[in-house]
Amino acid sequence: MTALDALPPTGPGSPDATGEASGEAGAGPWRSAWRRLRRNPAGIVGAVIVVLFVLVAVFAPLLAPYRPATAEWFGQVTPTSVPGPSAEHPLGLDSFGSDLLTQLLYGARSSLVIGVVSTGVGLAAGALLGILAGGIGGKVDTVVMRVVDVLLSIPSLLLAVSVAAILDRGPLAIMLAVAAAQVPIFARLLRASLLAQRGQDYVVALRSLGLRRRRIVVGHMLPNSLGPVLVQATLTLATAVIEVAALSFLGLGDPNPAVAEWGRMLVTAQARLDQAPMLALYPGLAIAVTALGFTLLGEALREALDPRSSR
Amino acid sequence: MTLLEVEDLRVTFSRKGSPDFTAVDGVSFDVDAGEVVGLVGESGCGKSVTSLAVMGLLPRRSARVSGSVRFDGTDLLRASPAQLARRRGKDLAMVFQDPMTSLNPVLTLGRQLTEVLRTHTDLDRAAAKKEAVELLGRVGIPDPRRRVGEYPHQLSGGMRQRVLIAIALACSPRLIIADEPTTALDVTIQAQVLDVLTGLVRESGTAMVLITHDLGVVAGTCDRVNVLYAGKVVERARREELFARPRHRYTTGLLAAVPRVDAPEGTALQPVPGSVQDRLPWDVGCAFAPRCAVADEACRAGLIGLDAAGGPAAHSARCVHPAELEVAR
Repeated sequence: MTALDALPPTGPGSPDATGEASGEAGAGPWRSAWRRLRRNPAGIVGAVIVVLFVLVAVFAPLLAPYRPATAEWFGQVTPTSVPGPSAEHPLGLDSFGSDLLTQLLYGARSSLVIGVVSTGVGLAAGALLGILAGGIGGKVDTVVMRVVDVLLSIPSLLLAVSVAAILDRGPLAIMLAVAAAQVPIFARLLRASLLAQRGQDYVVALRSLGLRRRRIVVGHMLPNSLGPVLVQATLTLATAVIEVAALSFLGLGDPNPAVAEWGRMLVTAQARLDQAPMLALYPGLAIAVTALGFTLLGEALREALDPRSSR
Repeated sequence: MTLLEVEDLRVTFSRKGSPDFTAVDGVSFDVDAGEVVGLVGESGCGKSVTSLAVMGLLPRRSARVSGSVRFDGTDLLRASPAQLARRRGKDLAMVFQDPMTSLNPVLTLGRQLTEVLRTHTDLDRAAAKKEAVELLGRVGIPDPRRRVGEYPHQLSGGMRQRVLIAIALACSPRLIIADEPTTALDVTIQAQVLDVLTGLVRESGTAMVLITHDLGVVAGTCDRVNVLYAGKVVERARREELFARPRHRYTTGLLAAVPRVDAPEGTALQPVPGSVQDRLPWDVGCAFAPRCAVADEACRAGLIGLDAAGGPAAHSARCVHPAELEVAR
């Protein structure tokens, strides 16, 4: 719970008590957060990494010199050596005889898709549970939160492994597995955030105006509770990239061994660690840098959205 | 015609592990259509809890509410949540104390105004927007067409309180409960906001319950006044009566504590000694007795009625040694 407590409560705006009309024209709370974000160097580094990662993933077919997972040059790979960098293959070949650079670039693509989809699914399911628990309260809250507690008590990787093992192997299974591990985190976070809103004056004021509870929860409390969730989603993308790699590494990913996926590349590199350490280094680095980018961006977002932080 | 009739309202908060606390202990008052009625008292006397109870905004789990609140023929305390929601915002509305926190920080003023309008009237989006601009203009916000697209944090406290007033008045309610509407504002702004509020209320024939600790505010606005102490009404009178001939010792104490321009130079203000915590349970005697200079055994001889001071029914005080009688003695 401590990690959740550390997140900023997005209570009613920054205490800007005086001044007839402060701020720029049309500046909403999101815009001032954006302004703070732009001034945070770590956040900019994170944002650059994330943007690069997304661009690489989207434009992989244009950037990559060859097609992925072709094993075209399998003949050049011997049991004791993998060809290193050359004019045709700037990073050399992988152990299946595909171009390593191509594999890496396409790896970004599968990481992005799996990361975004799994986080999206986890966020949606978790948010739904969180809204039920925090918005309705009472018995619904108790039941939902006990289920979430049970899910939380299982280590997230173990949960993901179990789900991946139960479902068929394949990209969809991985996405659902990673998503399942995120659900309880989002549910708790949104619930806590909504509960913090429930006692706010503006919520009492809205009730005094005869607005229905659903309207107040969805139309007013939810937008005020989204900050921490957005931060968590960014951080979760980092976890998702790592978790996808971990699942592949454990052999629960795509059954095709030559597929362009960073975790899978790490597994196959393992066997040749002494002959071609670069095979492990590149995908490892890619995973680490991507996760770092999302983490930096997430942390910067957290600071930018914290109403107590100075601008 | 009586619009709101609160009778024997009692609110008790109970929490596991601590004794029950009765914040409102049998309060009765009524409000006629178009009238401004004051509820006056210091912090902790039950003013705000009374207003929340009337609006049905107290948490159901921890607060026990009894008595009756008849508004225009229906008992609000026995109305279903859906019935209550239909009337809140439309027939009766509330202006809250703290304009800094009573608006949703992430929505524009326009959204917050049109939402009420669209909930209770059948205006379409465009008409509601137009009405919102009009309402902002009516509460004295300059350039309402631009302001309607702004966020709460771009406005000063006084401006925000005007917006809250505009929202409360949006559906032309028949009764407004204003809970310390000017307390959180600068003194210079207080008078302006109060003028806007009372002006609009008088103009539209809306009745108002004005809750305040500030006798200056009461003097300038109310038709009738109820003075609250420790959860009970201790004195009730028309405004002129109350200021001319205060009877309850608590009321006289409050008036003596107000700075006056016409007081002789060098006169010290007289605070009411002690605090609300030093109180007797009402069924033992007068709750104010421990702080009262003239209290004796008679004040500690059981529950004192609101008619204890004698005199006309229109001016009653829950006091066995009312101020005037002593002067006559």
